[in-house]
Amino acid sequence: MRDPILKIKDLKKYFVTSRGTVRAVDEISFTLFEGETLGLVGESGSGKSTTAYTVIGIYAPTSGKILFRGQDISSPVSARPKSLKRAIQIVFQDPGTSLNPRRTIGQILELPLRVHRVGDRHDRRKKVVELLRMVELPEDYIYKAPHMLGGGERQMVAIARALATEPDLVILDEPTSALDVSIQAKIINMLIQFQKDMDLSYLFITHDLSLMRNVAHRVAIMYLGKICELASAVEFFENPCHPYTKMLLSSIPVVSEEEEDVKPRKIVSRGEIPSPVNPPPGCRFHTRCMERNGVCSKALPKVVEVGEGHFVWCHLFEEKEEG
Amino acid sequence: MGEVLLDIRDLFVEFKVYEGRLKVLNGVFLTVHKGQRVGLVGEAGCGKTTTMKCILRILPSPPGRITEGQVLFRGEDVLKMPPRKVQRVRGKRISMIFQDPTAALNPVFTIGDQLMTVIRYGSQDTLSRKEVRRRAITALKEVQLPDPERIMASYPIQLSGGMRQRVCIAMALATEPELLIADEPTTNLDVTIQDQVLRLLNELVEQKGTSVIFITHSLGVVREMADWVYVMYAGNIIEGGRKEDLFRDPFHPYTQGLMRAVPKLTGGGIAEGIRGRIPDYLDPPPGCRFHPRCERAMARCERERPPLLPAEEGHEVACFLYQG
Repeated sequence: MRDPILKIKDLKKYFVTSRGTVRAVDEISFTLFEGETLGLVGESGSGKSTTAYTVIGIYAPTSGKILFRGQDISSPVSARPKSLKRAIQIVFQDPGTSLNPRRTIGQILELPLRVHRVGDRHDRRKKVVELLRMVELPEDYIYKAPHMLGGGERQMVAIARALATEPDLVILDEPTSALDVSIQAKIINMLIQFQKDMDLSYLFITHDLSLMRNVAHRVAIMYLGKICELASAVEFFENPCHPYTKMLLSSIPVVSEEEEDVKPRKIVSRGEIPSPVNPPPGCRFHTRCMERNGVCSKALPKVVEVGEGHFVWCHLFEEKEEG
Repeated sequence: MGEVLLDIRDLFVEFKVYEGRLKVLNGVFLTVHKGQRVGLVGEAGCGKTTTMKCILRILPSPPGRITEGQVLFRGEDVLKMPPRKVQRVRGKRISMIFQDPTAALNPVFTIGDQLMTVIRYGSQDTLSRKEVRRRAITALKEVQLPDPERIMASYPIQLSGGMRQRVCIAMALATEPELLIADEPTTNLDVTIQDQVLRLLNELVEQKGTSVIFITHSLGVVREMADWVYVMYAGNIIEGGRKEDLFRDPFHPYTQGLMRAVPKLTGGGIAEGIRGRIPDYLDPPPGCRFHPRCERAMARCERERPPLLPAEEGHEVACFLYQG
């Protein structure tokens, strides 16, 4: 295994509101290795985007540590050195709102180069053209405004902007969920190619498990601010353990019989994700779990390693280990 | 197969915009039989929702204009009906569920108020207040909402997205329509909630024998929700067939490309998508609208529009590759 690039330790992010404290991220820990894609999967309200925003520095963590190559970066973006901002970049979900509508594509792509003082005007111009070529967009797009581009093309620009500073870690926050599948395919394949060419590490946030199967090296499932299962992608889909993971897998609409066989049987999805303001005590998932027992509503499950690098946070597996 | 309930024939729709005319629908053919669940699948901007709006005559006009074609509901052309008659069809014999339940419900009235209004208008005879209320509660029970009495008194904002969509389903089915049009009803929902809503919808339409047009951009969802699937591209139905046939052996190069591009749960990477993007409706390509993106385009494809013809039993396609 390669060196870790990002280490998250007991990260908490709470938001204080007039109606109570929202526990968006509640003590999660994971590690991302160099050159790896870690998929962070969960439904809306699970805290996956909050995790991403805390890593990039949009939010300062309530407690816990974020280590980037051993260096503590649990500070908001304003307190971070410029070199760190260069090294960690993000691509947002909606390229319609993440690109400035009053700038041309050329200006948008040049901005990170100017901020980080890359070359003179001439060099930057050359670099912008290079970036466009890299994402397979024609050179004359320099003069176009974002609204003249299709959704897929806009996302390509957003990706080119993120890669302009030659980062090491890129956070991808649902980069294709607003796009059609044929465009998604193109963008995903491009991202995989860039990862190989530039040795990038990806923290890939998504709600789409089928996509994760094809992109991520490892997958972590989040539910209501907690991680409930973490494993390598292959292991994860062959041997899902947590009842929530099984429920998620069984709910995915698929297009072939072979895929139906991957889905766990006899699991029926039920209930809805509770409010993170007052999360249920004990295991967060126990209100919807088919296999819950007495202890689930009382104590938080401890992590159990059920296979190599396969971690589950569930009481069912704790008992097995003890017995 | 049952009798024909809805028959859309050669439908053309244009939108007038500042730059000119957007030629959106380009001769749509679509048939729904009684008791059938028909899926209409296609990517953003292909004309799925426009087609639905023509069926209900809710296409905003201007800028939209139906230039040609017929929408036959039980043999009668909806496009030629006087407005009062359309009103009697809409919401009673044909009802709909929209993508965004938050926008479909009025935020300042309780669920009970809105549901009871639908029931009162939808019924042939005048009902007593008590009877209307009883039916509303039954409708909420049918969509498996817990504590219907409390839901009746709630405002939409007090319910979750999944619950709101259940309310919309209850409203759509409360008048016992013959045809239900569901336009991306689960697109905004999380996958576990989507699963529950789809299962519920399937149970209800089977139990009531309602015919359905299910509009979605997701091939996976359409596979769960339809017996017969139509694939739409740039204002044309390019393929239609029994679900099993279409998914096992798609004919049209576009459908094939789309199938390949869907990420599979079995892994194996994602195939390259379809090159290019959907055409500009101001100046769509002549002939088959897919030909500039098609790997197997021939000279003929640039000149003629391929008609939708059966290529084999229960499977039709609009592509010259299958038409001598």
